[in-house]
Amino acid sequence: MIAPIAPPNALSVSNLDIWRGERCLCHGISFEVTSGEALHLLGANGAGKTTLIRVLTGLGRADGGKLRWRGQSLRESGAEYRASLAYLGHSSGVKLGLTPRENLMAAGALLAVPGATDAAAALARVGLAQQTDLPCSMLSMGQRRRAALARLLLVRVPVWFLDEPLTSLDRSGVGLLAGMLKEHLAVGGLAVFASHQPLGLEPFPVKTLLLGEAV
Amino acid sequence: MKPAALIQRDLLLAYRRRSELATPLIFFVMVTGLFPLALSPEPALLRTLAPGVVWVAALLAGLIGQESLFKSDYEDGSLEQLLLSPAPLEFVVLLRVFTHWLVTGLPLVILSPLMGLLLNYPAAAMWTLIMSLLLGTPILSFLGAVGAALTVGLRRSGMLLPVLILPLTVPVLIFGASTAARAASSEPTAAPLYFLGAMLVLAVTFAPYAIAGGLRVSLES
Amino acid sequence: MFIWFHKLVSPPYFYKFAGRLSPWLAWLSLLVILAGLYAGLWLAPPDYQQGDGFRIMYVHVPSAWMSLFVYTVMAMAAAIGLIWRMKLAHAVSAAAAPLGASFTFLALVTGSLWGKPMWGTYWVWDARLTSELILLFLYLGYMVLNRAFDDRRTGDRASAILALVGIVNIPIIHYSVKWWNTLHQGPTVFFGPRADIPPSMYIPLFIMVAGFMLYFAAFILKRLQVEILQRERNTAWVRELVEKS
Repeated sequence: MIAPIAPPNALSVSNLDIWRGERCLCHGISFEVTSGEALHLLGANGAGKTTLIRVLTGLGRADGGKLRWRGQSLRESGAEYRASLAYLGHSSGVKLGLTPRENLMAAGALLAVPGATDAAAALARVGLAQQTDLPCSMLSMGQRRRAALARLLLVRVPVWFLDEPLTSLDRSGVGLLAGMLKEHLAVGGLAVFASHQPLGLEPFPVKTLLLGEAV
Repeated sequence: MKPAALIQRDLLLAYRRRSELATPLIFFVMVTGLFPLALSPEPALLRTLAPGVVWVAALLAGLIGQESLFKSDYEDGSLEQLLLSPAPLEFVVLLRVFTHWLVTGLPLVILSPLMGLLLNYPAAAMWTLIMSLLLGTPILSFLGAVGAALTVGLRRSGMLLPVLILPLTVPVLIFGASTAARAASSEPTAAPLYFLGAMLVLAVTFAPYAIAGGLRVSLES
Repeated sequence: MFIWFHKLVSPPYFYKFAGRLSPWLAWLSLLVILAGLYAGLWLAPPDYQQGDGFRIMYVHVPSAWMSLFVYTVMAMAAAIGLIWRMKLAHAVSAAAAPLGASFTFLALVTGSLWGKPMWGTYWVWDARLTSELILLFLYLGYMVLNRAFDDRRTGDRASAILALVGIVNIPIIHYSVKWWNTLHQGPTVFFGPRADIPPSMYIPLFIMVAGFMLYFAAFILKRLQVEILQRERNTAWVRELVEKS
């Protein structure tokens, strides 16, 4: 069998159906995001942006349709796909009992990427250089969010899924995130994010997908 | 992935919340203490009841500790990160259950001779009691982890976990308590201990798949 | 063959299929159970030890067998549902659980009724009765978990995992309870056919088992219809069905 020719680092979705309980969140959605592109998910509260992102990561369950990463279905690519994605959800995945540095080391322990110096550099980049050894329970919500952003810098993977990444970030935090995203896209990464505001990623191409029309 | 770093992370988290770890232990001591009050302080009676009481109390205290196994990770989003990591989830949960047993199960085992003493359990048999708990409580941890994984996404999971898991713990209770009872009357205890050992092997082999599957299901909607 | 199977497991087709088959099976099971009861209660000779009291065996033994059989069906359907993501298989598990729990309950009640003349009390911790009791707990746990989630399909998959853990544990539970029972020298009673009992005594037993099987088949189909309607209520074919009636 010859594998279908697919561009490197492409996430393609065809005819996706998602049901949750009694509601159809999306029906027959198709799109493709490739290297250097971002997809902006729009939609009212409860339209299913979070659910769609979770389905795209492989956490959530789809009720129909196909998801392909580099031309392979998620079932085939499995661990390889998980090794190439990073996800920042509503809950940041930051343990309050650990310091930002320990959080990053723990995230690194699950992968093969670590390096104490990398962790320090990532924390400095997100503006937590002074707080690396404070427990996260003592940080503000915005600072915890920044600690989660540092994880994205540490793991260096091609696909980013960001669910409301601007939550509790201040103005400089928004700028930081936009800068991070641009760098990510410039090196051939791709990103899917749900947000109520545009992130200002010009000149990179940003596709948009409006959810909640059909319902 | 680095197993040692994962264990270190869990131990560090447990250490920072060490006061919470005392709760199951206090529960263990209190439940054991209720039996002489409810029945009678007569030494001969307590002596016959001791193996069963210590085992039932350890089982209940162990299950109470299990509910927290994945809860905080679920709430702060770490569990999503765990499931999305390329590390094999079955192996990660195996490590997690082992670490959790180290900080919740092992202290119960260490405390058990004291409970035996309170209930007039013969000192000569104490090592066998410890041995039975040492083999049995990890099995309970694995079973409890299956229940914790299946119920982690539910808001009202408090009573559900024991309801799901208690029937499955019956063999452990039977072999564990009878080991302790036989030791008290100086009978051979090899048979039930072997059974416990065999069940531990089964639990270590199969439970991680059920736990990982349960976590995936719990997070999918 | 595979195409036929594929068509059968599609919910609308199966719904019609089940609706047609179920009444026939129900009537057949009634006939067979009545025949079995007649053979067991009138034709079979009284037991030389237990007199007529043993006749409750004709309800007790089939329900005890069914209680294990249904759990096996449930776990197999759960495995199929988890591995091949087949919706109908999960519906089978969910439909089977209350039936299995009822058989288990019936086995417990008849067992303790049988116990009264044998042991002089309604309940003793006999190995088989204890195993049945734990089996009932397993069924209840499954049913509670199946309904505990807002999303039916999450509940299906979570309880399927529990059913699989349960089926692995059932033999272990059974043998540990047996071992515990011999250890404590509990009372035992002969359940089920022995080599020395005449055919007129054990043939009614097999008729009863056949009748219970047919009853199970009839009512799992009926319950499956309900489960399918609940799960598919947003689909076009169910709406059509509702509008027609």
